[in-house]
Amino acid sequence: MVSLPLLEVDSLAVEFRTRRGVIRAVDNVSFSLNKGETLGLVGESGSGKSTLGHSLIRLLPYPGLIVGGHIKIGGKDILSCSEEEMRFIRGENITFVFQDPMTSLNPVKKIGAHLVELIHTHKPDVNKEEAVKLAESALSDVGISSERIDDYPHQFSGGMRQRIMIALAIALNPDIVIADEPSTALDVIVQAKILDLLESLRDAHGMALILITHDISVVLERCEKIIVMYAGNFVEYADSLSLHKDPKHPYTQGLLQTVPNIELADQKLEGIPGSPPDLLDLPKGCRFWPRCPQVISVCRKKEPPMIELGKGHSVRCFLYGGARR
Amino acid sequence: MGLRSYIATRALLTIPMIMLLLSFVFLIVRVLPGDPVLLHFEKAASPETIELMRQRLGLDKPLLDQYFEYLVGLTQGDLGKSMQDFSPVGQQIFSGFPATLELTIYAMIIAVGLGIFLGVRSSQSYNSLQDHSIRIFGIVMYAIPIFFLGMIFQMIFGVFLRWLPTGGRIYPGMEPHGLKIGDLHISTGLYTIDSLLEGNVFKFVQALRYLFLPSLTLGLVLCGVFIRLTRSNMLETLRLDFVTAARARGLKEKTVLYGYAFRNAFLPVLTMMGLQFAVLLGGAILTESTFSWPGLGRYLVDRINFRDYTAIQGDVVFFGILVAMVSLVVDVLYAYLDPRIRL
Amino acid sequence: METERGLRTRMLPGLTVLTGRGLAGWMVIVGLAIVLSIVVMTLISPWISPYDPSALNVGPLRSPPNGEFPMGTNHMGQDMLSRVLCGGSIMIHVAVLSVLFCLTIGVPIGLLSSYVGGSLDKMCSLIMDSIYAFPGMVLAITISAMLGRGVVNMALSIAVVYIPSYFRIVRSHVLTIKELPYTVAARSIGAKGDTILFRYILPNVVPSIVSVATVNFADAILTAAGLTFVGLGVTKDIPDWGWDLTDGRTLLPSGAWWVITFPGIMIVLLALGFTLIGEGLSELLNPRLEQ
Repeated sequence: MVSLPLLEVDSLAVEFRTRRGVIRAVDNVSFSLNKGETLGLVGESGSGKSTLGHSLIRLLPYPGLIVGGHIKIGGKDILSCSEEEMRFIRGENITFVFQDPMTSLNPVKKIGAHLVELIHTHKPDVNKEEAVKLAESALSDVGISSERIDDYPHQFSGGMRQRIMIALAIALNPDIVIADEPSTALDVIVQAKILDLLESLRDAHGMALILITHDISVVLERCEKIIVMYAGNFVEYADSLSLHKDPKHPYTQGLLQTVPNIELADQKLEGIPGSPPDLLDLPKGCRFWPRCPQVISVCRKKEPPMIELGKGHSVRCFLYGGARR
Repeated sequence: MGLRSYIATRALLTIPMIMLLLSFVFLIVRVLPGDPVLLHFEKAASPETIELMRQRLGLDKPLLDQYFEYLVGLTQGDLGKSMQDFSPVGQQIFSGFPATLELTIYAMIIAVGLGIFLGVRSSQSYNSLQDHSIRIFGIVMYAIPIFFLGMIFQMIFGVFLRWLPTGGRIYPGMEPHGLKIGDLHISTGLYTIDSLLEGNVFKFVQALRYLFLPSLTLGLVLCGVFIRLTRSNMLETLRLDFVTAARARGLKEKTVLYGYAFRNAFLPVLTMMGLQFAVLLGGAILTESTFSWPGLGRYLVDRINFRDYTAIQGDVVFFGILVAMVSLVVDVLYAYLDPRIRL
Repeated sequence: METERGLRTRMLPGLTVLTGRGLAGWMVIVGLAIVLSIVVMTLISPWISPYDPSALNVGPLRSPPNGEFPMGTNHMGQDMLSRVLCGGSIMIHVAVLSVLFCLTIGVPIGLLSSYVGGSLDKMCSLIMDSIYAFPGMVLAITISAMLGRGVVNMALSIAVVYIPSYFRIVRSHVLTIKELPYTVAARSIGAKGDTILFRYILPNVVPSIVSVATVNFADAILTAAGLTFVGLGVTKDIPDWGWDLTDGRTLLPSGAWWVITFPGIMIVLLALGFTLIGEGLSELLNPRLEQ
């Protein structure tokens, strides 16, 4: 195993201070990521996974605030560095691919210009021709012909725009790439292509990949480690094989039941009854208890701690202990 | 579509608009009051005088003939004759136009410059005291009648402090005449530019001194619109994905603010500049009256006092065409700057 | 006593709704307060003004503000305080009339034109756009010059300038709502045109119309003042803030600042009141940035 993890997150807490109250979108989460690994962050909308992604590059939308914990990239605590230092880290060491490709590019800027601008910002010594060459190679890496370098974003389809976003994300060979729902806004076929692309780039450049999605089938297929989130908390953390074979948390079990399996002749597809809680009005005790088919009395009173089950598998559930303290 | 075909289409569309405009003015000034000549001579005048004026101005012909003559005359630049002395209206307008133009340009610079600056400031510090104060400032400024603000400035700077002149465009005899080399004569009619062409700094300063209060008055009253527009556009744009995505790539904040946010928020500001030109012209009328500025606006008010209806018609037609032209230019500029419009 | 309490309990919920909405809510409250106080002041002015505002020589000519004449006197010896108290009536009349004209002409034409569509709509839109593009003040001055003086004529000229704004906003709403599924559904079960117009479309358009109308009020006041300034207002006898501004201009070079200042401030306050209501309302009705 690699000695120093690439990314270390420790007890991170993120709040949104709104007029209606304080929303704790991310509550006390910890995990780590090593070089070349792919981590899947899965959960329903409102689970806090996107917020977690955004906090990793310190770009929370107003009125979000990181209120506790540490984030270390390559050993460096990014929560304590200045905005200027953070600016250098973004785009070069850690990059973010946004969810909606239709709105993530500057409409009045040619796509080649997007890349050249990026290159110049981080490497001002590179001359114009070299920058253009780098831009062209980044574009071809994602399968876009270099002839289109002077076209505007609106001249591309959604799938191609997502590729351009990815090109921007890998152009400077970052250590970590975070992809937020990289294919949700696209149709299924394009979805698979985009995910394949991310995987091949990861292999080619040796970077770590964090996939944020609500689709558990995607993370099972493509990620080595998986974190399941619910209402701001981690509820389960395991490698994908263990999670698939032996999901511990009732929520994870519920999620897996929603995945259609073509090999099962008489599979019953069941959704999880109910809906995620309003983060301003969380239930007392475990946040999942109102929807949990295996709820016990302690669940309604106290919040369960994260319990290590060995082999890197942890779960936040009273069913596995922590009830008698 | 391409820029060229867009320009052609847009220019063609302007023609029916202008036609409508001209007909509208004709309707209001010639048809509405019934008989403009009678109206001119409020007190009884001898039937011979009335008939004579009618003939000289071509107002005795049937209405439809008058309409066609009017349109044809316009294509040749004939804006009618004044009822007062039968002099061509076009001449008066030609001499008054540069004055109004200069006033409008400087007022627009102040309004837009101040508006954008304060609007961006306001959006950067969303919901802060600065934000609220700037917004209230813009709203209050709009509620002040232009001539009232002008008079207050005249009082403070002209009467009490005696720093600036209260009226007129320049001290008589000091009009800049532009560049004269032998037979070549280049002058724009804009005193600030002509004085520089002449190389005469003193005249330049004087021109500015007289220009300052009127353009400040007009500019201040109108800046509120630009503050509001810039602020709301910046707020919307700053929240957009491509702005966050730009920051996520580590681009400098200045680049993000101006190259991404403002460049996309600016286009509506440009369109607004075109729309506000019409408002500006309207405001110029009041400003010119207040400061005795010799432009088209004061000419209009003048002619109203004289009940010189044919001159009023000519002046209003000119205003209309001017606005239509500016609107066309702004639309073309917008298409040039926003590649999406053309497609 | 009972009706007082009843009124208060009915007003208070409305008030708390407004105060809870941040700056926009406060703008509406302050604006309403300003407008209401000025209207009330104008209404009761005949009873509270110390002198007849039109009476000449009630005091020394051109006297600066002092104990006896808190706002001074003008060059005809008229008491400025009385003139300020009574001077709003013409402007308020003109503003109300012009908004009424706009509502009765602009809204129906907008509704009809956009609902019927076709060449009628194209023609109306072209006409309205042309008027809209024209400099407002120029148009108002020209029409006013042709119609002559008087409150109704002023209101008419101002109304012509603003009718296109009503037309446009009504039209844009109608065009949107016309194609929404629930409207199409209603038509498919045979609902008649005017039912659709009045029961489906009109209720949705009303908030925007109110928004336009409040801004219209403010503009009407400023335009009315402007018209008076260029000599197209009302006759001398009726006290009017706009008239005082025009008249008092001649006194400026001699330093008599009080004749124009107080009426001017009143105009600003009245226009400001309506503008605040309009700004606040439009932000409340189109809430922008929540989360």
